[in-house]
Amino acid sequence: MARVFIPFALRKITGGVTDVQISGTTLREVIDNLEEKFPGTKERLIQDDRIKPGMEAVVGEQPTREGLRAKVDEDAEVHFIPHIAGG
Amino acid sequence: MVATQDYKVIGTRPIRHDGLDKVTGRAIYGADVKLPGMLYGSVLRSPHAHARIKGIDTSAAEAIPGVIAVMTAKDMPEAGDELVDLGEGAINFSHASDHVMAMSKAKFKGHPVAAVAAISTNIAREAVAAIKVDWEVLKSAVTVDAAMAPDAPAIVDGWVGDDLGEKSTQPNLGSHFRHEFGDIEKGFADSTTIIEHRYDLAMVHQGYIEPHNGTAIWDQEDRVRIWTSTQGAFTVRTQLAGVLQLDESRIRVTPTEIGGGFGGKIPIYVEPIAAILSKKSGGKPVRILMDRAEVFDATGPTPGGWVSVKLGVKDGKIIAGDADIRFDAGGFPGSPVGAAAMCMFSCYDIENTRIDGWDIIVNKPKTAAYRAPGSTHVAYAIESIVDEICEELNLDPIQFRLDNASKEGTRRGDGPIFPVIGNIETLEAARDSAHWNSPLDKNPGNGKLRGRGIADGYWFNVGLKSSVNLSVNTDGTVMLVEGSTDIGGTRASIAMQAAEVLGIRAEDIIPSVVDTDSVGYTDVTGGSRTTYATGFAAYKAAQSMIGELTTRASTIWDIPVDEVGFEDGKFSSKSDPELSMTFKELAGKLNETGGPVSSTGAVDLENAGGGFAVHICDLEIDPETGKTDVIRYTAVQDVGKAIHPSYVEGQLQGGAVQGIGWALNEEYFMNDEGQMANSSYLDYRMPTTLDLPEIETVLVEVPNPIHPFGVRGVGEPPIVPPVAAVANAIHDALGIRLREAPMNPGRILEALKEKNG
Repeated sequence: MARVFIPFALRKITGGVTDVQISGTTLREVIDNLEEKFPGTKERLIQDDRIKPGMEAVVGEQPTREGLRAKVDEDAEVHFIPHIAGG
Repeated sequence: MVATQDYKVIGTRPIRHDGLDKVTGRAIYGADVKLPGMLYGSVLRSPHAHARIKGIDTSAAEAIPGVIAVMTAKDMPEAGDELVDLGEGAINFSHASDHVMAMSKAKFKGHPVAAVAAISTNIAREAVAAIKVDWEVLKSAVTVDAAMAPDAPAIVDGWVGDDLGEKSTQPNLGSHFRHEFGDIEKGFADSTTIIEHRYDLAMVHQGYIEPHNGTAIWDQEDRVRIWTSTQGAFTVRTQLAGVLQLDESRIRVTPTEIGGGFGGKIPIYVEPIAAILSKKSGGKPVRILMDRAEVFDATGPTPGGWVSVKLGVKDGKIIAGDADIRFDAGGFPGSPVGAAAMCMFSCYDIENTRIDGWDIIVNKPKTAAYRAPGSTHVAYAIESIVDEICEELNLDPIQFRLDNASKEGTRRGDGPIFPVIGNIETLEAARDSAHWNSPLDKNPGNGKLRGRGIADGYWFNVGLKSSVNLSVNTDGTVMLVEGSTDIGGTRASIAMQAAEVLGIRAEDIIPSVVDTDSVGYTDVTGGSRTTYATGFAAYKAAQSMIGELTTRASTIWDIPVDEVGFEDGKFSSKSDPELSMTFKELAGKLNETGGPVSSTGAVDLENAGGGFAVHICDLEIDPETGKTDVIRYTAVQDVGKAIHPSYVEGQLQGGAVQGIGWALNEEYFMNDEGQMANSSYLDYRMPTTLDLPEIETVLVEVPNPIHPFGVRGVGEPPIVPPVAAVANAIHDALGIRLREAPMNPGRILEALKEKNG
């Protein structure tokens, strides 16, 4: 199962849980399953069926370019971090 | 996917394709654009840092002969209050629109409030001066601390920020986030050495030599043409679509040649103003050029603010790190504090970390990216503290960094795990460098004192979307069409990658940077992505082209396609060595075998592989005056694979110079009214070639495994270490620690006075 790290701003929803094992073969499934475990998390992560603007999902070592369709390996880490720009 | 053979083109140093045009003045920049019937625009800007607009009377301006159109924010369409992804960052269109032209309140000195298009620049300026604005001047807040004080004025009406996931009651808080891993309290409890300091930095500007400009035509069918100096024509198109409330397909953006950007030419400024003036002029072209003072007052400098860092060490290992990062956002929320947090502890493998980041609205220009935005700030703080730890514990500064270096598998301060990175290799190269191993006479007998400092730094480098089209000419040359503005020699580096695949010379590739109607979507030239991502698109297009040409060869020789091989620029039959053609020979036969051959490559890539930079700085300081001279400087960096070494070296040198200016002299000097008092290059003093020695470079190549040639981004890491390297060199020379940048002569003398009593 993927290890999903809960952004600090969402830890009130998860009762202080900082990371959790969640099943799912795609990012969409992982977020849906996260929502089942911690209702209210999905709307903080997704808008219009995409990762919220201003945020990016890191699956494994890299921010994914495949959105919610991103494949999530069995032991992958998933992070939600601010979308970063360069110069 | 990493090519392992010796390259024929990659790693060489051909003359850049745009070089002759640029050094002879033939290249077309934004200020060179001249169209029939063109009008000249001028912008009225707020003289106040914070003021409500009670009324604007444009009648006197409209009455001036030669004035064709006048606009205010009333002429701007209403933009949605939503956050939209731009590729490189996100944008709130309502804020973007208000930023282009103030609707009800000026939030910084220089904020546009009206604009005029006239038949000459002088008439436009005269008309702007005739516009009357009824101002209600408000209290302003120009520092992060002032903006967060209980009596601070609320800057963005109705704004509610996010404070760790909750709605904030602080009116000027853009957002406050936190990253936390491990057990920070235990980490510090177990530490035997703890050092904590705060580091203050002033707002600084990217200092590109070419001011912003834009020319627009808004025709009678509501199609808009734009010519502008920009790092990203497609990003301009998206921003304009949101601000002007038009479909993107109705907007065509042509990027003119660019005289520097560094992140500051990603947002739009004058383009929508020129477009609306054109609409109000019946579709005449309107050109607006900013002058230098406008660039300082009203574009996107990098934030000032402060960084507080606490490190805990035990047995030579950093076991705890706590950071508080507070940045100016400018007049609207959205500073690069997120990126700063990502970079905060990235050079080190620290088990227990906490990072708080604060985005704070202030009455200064809306900040924009400046080359590794946020990373220079945090490097100043952590690298200064690391230096202090090494001094206190009598540890070698490079060995301590090696013992604590981040590597593959290290968790970054914001959470993700590092892939293959080159931090250790870069530190080792710095340790083994001629500069580091050269003696330095700290007291050379001329009344001045010398010191040496070292610092490490990190930037992540993005990937994103790029498109390239190739087409073969019958003389064996290849047209390469791309959408990446060429700032640092990327026409060459992208052409070289295509040439390597095709087995031809770089000079036989003819690159063009085209408008948004003429090539597929391409993200900005920025984020250290262009040689990586657009180069990858060129690689894919070239591979596809080889496939089509292989088919043509099989047609000519009447053999199966899988019997044709391609190697070293030659097509040949695998079974009959007599059958062989060079790329050029085959190109000459295309018209007999099916006509033109062209191909496309498009990518949407993961990040370009993080880059680490280690800089070594030798200074000589006059303790009587505080005047500081850099006498030797070396930039060591992991560059993945240097496609064109000269341009990679140029990136390292340029970034180092910008960082040195940031360290020693550059700042927005604000007066009591919240206005920048030094908005010219005379008083905003940037280093020139007369001020600095040759910047030495050491290129470390740890190939990026996800690029066919191992390319990593290189453009941004070089600006990260210099402020810290200079601070550490000042300490080595004078025994003082400066925790406020710029570390100018006045601050040096004050610190010496305090030290010497």
